[in-house]
Amino acid sequence: MTTLIDRRMGVFLAGLFVLTVLIPAGNLASDGALVPSYIVSLFGKYLCYALLAVALDLVWGFCGILSLGHGAFFALGGYAMGMHLMREIGDRGVYANPLLPDFMVFLNWKELPWFWLGFDQFWFASLMVMLVPGALAFVFGWFAFRSRVTGVYLSIITQAMTYALQLAFFRNEMGFGGNNGLTDFKDVLGIPLQTDTARAGLFVLSALALAAGLLIARAITTSKLGMILVCIRDAESRTRFMGYRVEGYKLFIFVVSAMMAGVAGALYTPQVGIINPGEFSPANSIEIVIWVALGGRGTLVGAALGAIIVAASKTLFTGWFPEFWLFALGGLFIVVTLFLPRGVLGLIEDGLASLRGGGARRAVSAAREDGQAPDAAPEAEARA
Amino acid sequence: MSVQLQLDGVNRSFDGYKAINDLSLSVDKGELRAVIGPNGAGKTTMMDIITGKTRPDSGKVLWNQSLDLTKIDEAGSARLGIGRKFQKPTVFETHTVEENIALSLKAERGVFATLFHRRTEAERARITELLQLVRLEEARDRPAADLSHGQKQWLEIGMLLAQDPELLLVDEPAAGMTDAETMRTADLLRSLAGRHTVIVVEHDMDFVRALNCRVTVLHQGHVLTEGSLDHVSSNPEVIEVYLGR
Ligand SMILES: Nc1ncnc2c1ncn2[C@@H]1O[C@H](COP(=O)(O)OP(=O)(O)OP(=O)(O)O)[C@@H](O)[C@H]1O
Ligand SMILES: [Mg+2]
Repeated sequence: MTTLIDRRMGVFLAGLFVLTVLIPAGNLASDGALVPSYIVSLFGKYLCYALLAVALDLVWGFCGILSLGHGAFFALGGYAMGMHLMREIGDRGVYANPLLPDFMVFLNWKELPWFWLGFDQFWFASLMVMLVPGALAFVFGWFAFRSRVTGVYLSIITQAMTYALQLAFFRNEMGFGGNNGLTDFKDVLGIPLQTDTARAGLFVLSALALAAGLLIARAITTSKLGMILVCIRDAESRTRFMGYRVEGYKLFIFVVSAMMAGVAGALYTPQVGIINPGEFSPANSIEIVIWVALGGRGTLVGAALGAIIVAASKTLFTGWFPEFWLFALGGLFIVVTLFLPRGVLGLIEDGLASLRGGGARRAVSAAREDGQAPDAAPEAEARA
Repeated sequence: MSVQLQLDGVNRSFDGYKAINDLSLSVDKGELRAVIGPNGAGKTTMMDIITGKTRPDSGKVLWNQSLDLTKIDEAGSARLGIGRKFQKPTVFETHTVEENIALSLKAERGVFATLFHRRTEAERARITELLQLVRLEEARDRPAADLSHGQKQWLEIGMLLAQDPELLLVDEPAAGMTDAETMRTADLLRSLAGRHTVIVVEHDMDFVRALNCRVTVLHQGHVLTEGSLDHVSSNPEVIEVYLGR
């Protein structure tokens, strides 16, 4: 049986640990001279993206479900946390209404909508961060997987799902702040968000969430269930004939993945200070796929790495030549899909393997260990 | 002797073409049955109908003389005890040979049962036993993708046996095998009869002869004739169907 923490996972977690000590500590100890505060939030944001990428890799890399709507689960988690942060503002808002967030006062609402109830409690919001995306994934997956919607059709309806949500959240009447979303947060659990302590805390939490997400994902994918997910990815029909109810497996992993994405979104919102309908945009969801493909699909660690690499490049690139970012991203994606089927992680591991000698042979066997799908994954066909 | 499987007036057409045409067939428990017929006779479609992959337009498929299989999906039929080997061998290419067998082993098929599953000593022993039987012990840790066509056929037979089904539907097992392997497959299938019910589809007449069992000839989705191989091969209609193609 495969180990929970293999070399790849070990190296990544060790690196993550070092970052988690150095960045917040460097910031706090030097009072922002060595590591500026914005860097802490920026890297914290990358870690949330990394967790989101791991969530997508679970369904896409291992089960072949190419979701183009994972941004929706992330955004819902973000909104759930945002609602708590809004209610934490209390009477410190512009209109000083102790119960209603500013945007509701502005809309002349007299009372809190029922779905905002309970969000004043941190524990309740934390629960919703997972339950709401999980419930959406459950309902969506229930219908889609039972009707055996697969491949491009499934991708399209996931994309439609996030787009529909985006349009809905744009509407003021929905009660989530419309166009502007939720913002102007003050503090979380009594700690002002603008302080370095809060930034450091959120960073550490994001790192812990990423580590936990990776370990949970790894535990799932190395279990017998994980093996069956790969069977479904490579030969769905064949898997059914062995007695496995494919829809149940897909539903399970889709829900777990959505919840993980929700947690990522919840940690993201306080670090960027805003959540708005833009997070539901179809383009966001597509970008997640690019992270995973670029990092190395079906490797978990690669997905996390891909998210960090792309997000960091985006920060740098949009600083230098903002108008070229999308071209650069598209170009990167094409290069990776054409020349690096195993992504950046595959490139790194092949490089290390050939440095150590034994080159090609090892690289090949490493590829096998990943359980990488051959590119034209043959769908099990009962008939020749 | 009780009837394991009974098809009763089954029809199925694809875009107006009657692939299965008023097909009636009965197979006893523990029986070994060969089904032959020219290409496109509907042999594979018949298996698709039995396993719930394809729904018939009309007719009944009875399991143990009671349950109607036409209401059951693929996973359901597998859970009932119907195992299937495909015409085109389909094994899980990225998994190792051992893993392919392990995942096929008779066990709980539920999501949470597999999530928390730990391989038992008994399972380990059974896996080794099956790997020896299909002569793939050497290849145990290799990805199934590395196997030759014939080896994949064997692996799929191993996977089928791992499920320990009551009824085995075996579609063209000998394709891609050497003569010696073909005969070994025939021996293996013969040895299964009695404890399992086995339906084998095959074109290779030497193989069918080696099975030494009752033969059903299918033509245009309908049973042309049934009996010993000598009996059916002397039937003028059968000769015409085979020569006429
Ligand atoms: N899903 C389907 N859609 C359309 N046509 C189908 C389908 N399944 C089977 N057919 C048609 O039904 C007929 C019977 O096919 P089937 O595969 O059952 O034949 P077979 O006896 O297994 O032949 P072979 O010996 O070549 O395997 C063929 O003409 C085939 O094209
Ligand atoms: Mg056939």
